[in-house]
Amino acid sequence: MTSSSLEETLTRVHHEEWARVVATLARRFGDLDVAEEAAAEAFAAAVERWPTDGIPPHPGGWLTTTATRRAIDRLRRESRRDAKHQAAQMLYADSPPERTGPVEDDRLRLVFTCAHPALAMEARAALTLRLIGGLTVPEIAAAFLVQERAMAQRITRAKAKIRAAHIPYRVPSSADISERLSGVLAVVYLVFNEGYLASGGQDALRVDLSDEAIRLGRLLHEVLPEEGEVAGLLALMLLTDARRAARVSASGELVTLEEQDRAAWDRALIAEGHALVRERLAAVAAGGGRPGRYQLLAAISAVHTNAPSARDTDWSQVVVNYDQLVAVDPSPVVRLNRAVAVAELDGPSVGLAEVERLADVLDSYHAFHVARAELLRRVGRSAEAHTAYGRAIALSGNPAEVAHLTRRQGQLTRG
Amino acid sequence: MPRYLLSVFGAAEQTEFGGYGSPEEMVQAFADTGAFNDRLEREGVLVFVDGLQPAVTATTVDGQGERPVILDGPYLETKEHLGGFWVVDVADLDIALGLAGDASRACRGRVEVRPFHTQDTVSDLHRS
Repeated sequence: MTSSSLEETLTRVHHEEWARVVATLARRFGDLDVAEEAAAEAFAAAVERWPTDGIPPHPGGWLTTTATRRAIDRLRRESRRDAKHQAAQMLYADSPPERTGPVEDDRLRLVFTCAHPALAMEARAALTLRLIGGLTVPEIAAAFLVQERAMAQRITRAKAKIRAAHIPYRVPSSADISERLSGVLAVVYLVFNEGYLASGGQDALRVDLSDEAIRLGRLLHEVLPEEGEVAGLLALMLLTDARRAARVSASGELVTLEEQDRAAWDRALIAEGHALVRERLAAVAAGGGRPGRYQLLAAISAVHTNAPSARDTDWSQVVVNYDQLVAVDPSPVVRLNRAVAVAELDGPSVGLAEVERLADVLDSYHAFHVARAELLRRVGRSAEAHTAYGRAIALSGNPAEVAHLTRRQGQLTRG
Repeated sequence: MPRYLLSVFGAAEQTEFGGYGSPEEMVQAFADTGAFNDRLEREGVLVFVDGLQPAVTATTVDGQGERPVILDGPYLETKEHLGGFWVVDVADLDIALGLAGDASRACRGRVEVRPFHTQDTVSDLHRS
């Protein structure tokens, strides 16, 4: 095997097996630190051994066995616990998984532990990326633009709270699952968005983060196939990510949906996303409950990705979905997006009037000024549009977006 | 099982109905809290529960010097003070949070949930 294909295999196995190994060990030893460190040691051992020994027939099993041995060795060596306690842990290590929730998957328990509502949102995102995604602390720190030390402390503190407060390692009861799940999905979507439109730094896109979020979404969908919002979020991420290649120009400028080269969209991801959206529409039609936020956003994305050109977009369908979305989530940001769709359907002055109504609450939100600038331009109020672009540029932290807005602003004829 | 302190903070300034909006509300809150306490006892998770006299009745003692210094008043001058608390013995934080929700509704106040040290966390302290 060539060294590059071996490296690819190691990366793939890491992606596929990390969460499973950490989750299995977390259940067996009831300790996230032990699980994480033992998993890291097992992967390090694989990097060392597989080039000479060859890749084992069941890489996941090899890694879990190796990690379990390392964990037991470590517990013995450090005698972290008194003999009696240690014996109990060993016994526990051989016992079958406890049946506590509707779903038995260890990874799912780990997801719900990392996204526990007793932890701060940033801590949940960081823990999820570390323990489920297998990202290193420096990678996570870079993703959220914080110092490595600060990120390490955040993760350490969260794990200490999990341990000291006895945050349970289990899937919540069916009654709690949708409530808790919304927090989990928010974490995954946060990771995705950070990758899709980085809020700072030099890179417009953080492909690794988007990929990671989609991987988490697939995992959740695999373990919770009946949850509509899980399918909705996965579809939303796939349909958004499908447009990735068309989203930034060769000169590093953000390209709007309208101007994107649709031939550059990823057809396979779009097909997968559309299939999920259709599946959800059918489930809702069959009485499967009202669609939530992610399903509606995915449906909107499906309308866009269905249109052969921007002109052919079925805006009435987009507005219908936004109307439903406003009913679920009447936040100003949702109302802003609805107003933009209304502008396409009923004309820029109608949309602008709706946008203006949000001025007080969204004054510090860059997308508000982008939308306002575009609509002011279209109704011919160039001077005001110029000022609005300026405000949007000042508020945007993404280099590709700043480049795009600067060009748009430069195109205005001063009125 | 881990133990948790569920503490209720309330206004330092007491109104004539002990911080409640009306006498009826006070009576109802007392009844609801009493029923909640009974439930904890029935379920066998209650270690201790009591309410505290207002913060103005507190005295602070500093015994770290040569002789104890005694001062009138609570340790911290804040707008809200500890008004009462439960100590419960339950399996994990989710159960404690569930109880805290019911406790909060019963007593009409926000409830802070804090774990006590357990054998595990104490041995962690010794290790680090």
